[in-house]
Amino acid sequence: MNHLPLIIKREYLTKVRNKSFIVMTILSPIIMIVLISVVAYLSELNNDKVRTITVLDASGLVKDVFENTNKTKYNFLENMSLNDAKKLVKETNSAGLLYVDKFETIEDISNHIKFYSEDSPSLTLISDLETKLENKLTNLKLQKEGIDLETIRASNVLINIAQESFEGEEISKIDNFAKLGFGIAAGYLLFMFIIIYGNMIMRSVIEEKTSRIIEIIISSVKPVQLLLGKIIGTSLVGLTQFIIWLVFGGLLMTVVSLVLGVNFSNSGIPQQEIMQMSSGGSDFNFYFESFRLALVSLPLMNLIVAFILFFICGYLLYSSLYAAIGAAVDSETDTQQFILPIIMPLMLAVYIGIFTVIEDPHGTISTVFSFIPFTSPVVMLMRIPFGVPLWQQLVSLFILIATFMFAVWFAAKIYRVGILMYGKKPTYKELIKWMKY
Amino acid sequence: MNNLLEVNQVSKNFGNFKALNNASISVPKGSIFGLLGPNGAGKTTLIRIINQITMPDSGTVHLDGTLLNASHIKDIGYLPEERGLYKSMKVGEQALYLAQLKGLSKAEAKERLTYWFERLEIGDWWNKKIQELSKGMAQKIQFVVTVLHQPKLLIFDEPFSGFDPINANLIKDEILRLREDGATVIFSTHRMESVEELCDDIALIHKSNKILEGKLVDIKRQYKINTFEVGIHSNNKEALKADLSQKFDVSLAHFKTLENDLKLSIKLKEGDKPNDLLSYLTTKGEVTHFVELIPSVNDIFIQTIKNN
Repeated sequence: MNHLPLIIKREYLTKVRNKSFIVMTILSPIIMIVLISVVAYLSELNNDKVRTITVLDASGLVKDVFENTNKTKYNFLENMSLNDAKKLVKETNSAGLLYVDKFETIEDISNHIKFYSEDSPSLTLISDLETKLENKLTNLKLQKEGIDLETIRASNVLINIAQESFEGEEISKIDNFAKLGFGIAAGYLLFMFIIIYGNMIMRSVIEEKTSRIIEIIISSVKPVQLLLGKIIGTSLVGLTQFIIWLVFGGLLMTVVSLVLGVNFSNSGIPQQEIMQMSSGGSDFNFYFESFRLALVSLPLMNLIVAFILFFICGYLLYSSLYAAIGAAVDSETDTQQFILPIIMPLMLAVYIGIFTVIEDPHGTISTVFSFIPFTSPVVMLMRIPFGVPLWQQLVSLFILIATFMFAVWFAAKIYRVGILMYGKKPTYKELIKWMKY
Repeated sequence: MNNLLEVNQVSKNFGNFKALNNASISVPKGSIFGLLGPNGAGKTTLIRIINQITMPDSGTVHLDGTLLNASHIKDIGYLPEERGLYKSMKVGEQALYLAQLKGLSKAEAKERLTYWFERLEIGDWWNKKIQELSKGMAQKIQFVVTVLHQPKLLIFDEPFSGFDPINANLIKDEILRLREDGATVIFSTHRMESVEELCDDIALIHKSNKILEGKLVDIKRQYKINTFEVGIHSNNKEALKADLSQKFDVSLAHFKTLENDLKLSIKLKEGDKPNDLLSYLTTKGEVTHFVELIPSVNDIFIQTIKNN
């Protein structure tokens, strides 16, 4: 008799109706949005603040590089000793005092520039000042050596290597960013999904043992069916929650940004003035457009199909391992020793994906790990945007599915024996022994 | 075919541990079969093999003449000793789910559940969660779920634990009624008085081996010791006792009588008939008590285990 649909239905309905599930599903996006809004709001507040920097230029050479912007005001002192200037700045609420001493040579000047302040200034402020002074003093020195600035400017050569595949497809750098972005996003999504919902599956497998209903169930259903039902049912719960989060969170985000006027794209990123000054609006539009083009030029069909397949299979493989853990123990506190070996390959996959695939998407390490079933879902998903032959994808997928089947069988085997052992914490050695029962 | 269940030479090992060693039992159709044995003897393993939860290493199990297979799941109702229900699920939903797992359709399951819930007067529990019920209440629901699909073979492992005397009686009556309706019952327990009361047949498992099996009356006959408890009204008890001792094995006995009689337990010698004893006694005084000592299941249990 096939009870699979019945089991899936029960798993799904009891979980979805659970109060804590409902609360979590609704509350999580609200909390997230509130947090993001607060951060965005605060950083906007921070951006609005105007800071004043007092400049005492004894050399008289660099004064003209400091131009007031709407974030930073420069206040210039003349004919004053350093000590007087310090006292003065201390009394006003200036962010600090920049002191450029007077010397014969530009080298000496550049070696004795100092910045005095109450609190240590931000890194961006200092590097901003340094860049300005560097440019100015370099130019001055070049002039002193009798080198014409115009000549230098005119003889600057800008290199931008155009990339093209042998088939004649043009590849831009933006392309590579899009590919990386896709790979990393897919990898992390899978990672998160496995950790959150894998645990849920594990708990649901333990549930039958703690409530002692297992023997009643197992006398009418095969363990494989029960496990498969639990894995699929819980995954559907996860999917439901995820979709609700996406839709609900998206809606909330739109509403909040419309009502409060908070700009989410700014959140959390401390802006550098240099960036703001250099990238004008038109530039940004250009980047955006080429990013969009890059996305379109990716092997989209392949990506989507591969994403769905690898995501599902990878998730199922890991969740059946979580189920196996649940089958082996009879309370959640005993699970720790078994969870680490599951998380490890997953972490490994993400790091290989980020460090190796970026470096060399078709190198030995990337290729090998895109076949090993425990890392292949993440690594292969990261490789695919760079173009992976179909046979490789199929072989990798096949290995993954076979491993998943084996893992479910393995979990069911452990399950069958695990139910006989109440109140005993199993060791790895015992687990191997159980396989022979 | 008189036996519903035939277990033939079944062995099961867990690693180096022998849980069952060539055990065979035959459960007659329509009987209540007591499966007895000390803790850890292998009863639960045998029950799990019958339920196809564990597979035997060797040996066969036949149910109703066919080798045990997946289609038999719906023919067996099993109430395990370690039992529970989903804590956060509602009673009705849960019972429906478990019934459907046993192959009943939803409508059929609902109809039968309503019948049983009314019968056991638990109809108003339908929408309660298990965690709101007491242990005894939950046991009632487990009982209903076990018998709901009208299986040919019912297996109860300690069915009365957790019940108060009233509910235990109620369940006992239900078990007897189910037998009347044609079900065969395997009954595993350590409560010997309920074995005495309910079982027609018993099997005793000790250290993975079956050491005793048969009709309860036959076994008792086999274990009887030809001893009678006797009460005689007499004015000279000592003299009477001395007199009887010459003809029989006599010892003092303790039981309740209304008069202050001589109370003895008398073992017949080889070839003596009870009537010989009785007619001899009547010549000595007024016999107020004459009962054959039948070994209790408890005695048989302890004696057999000790002898092995």
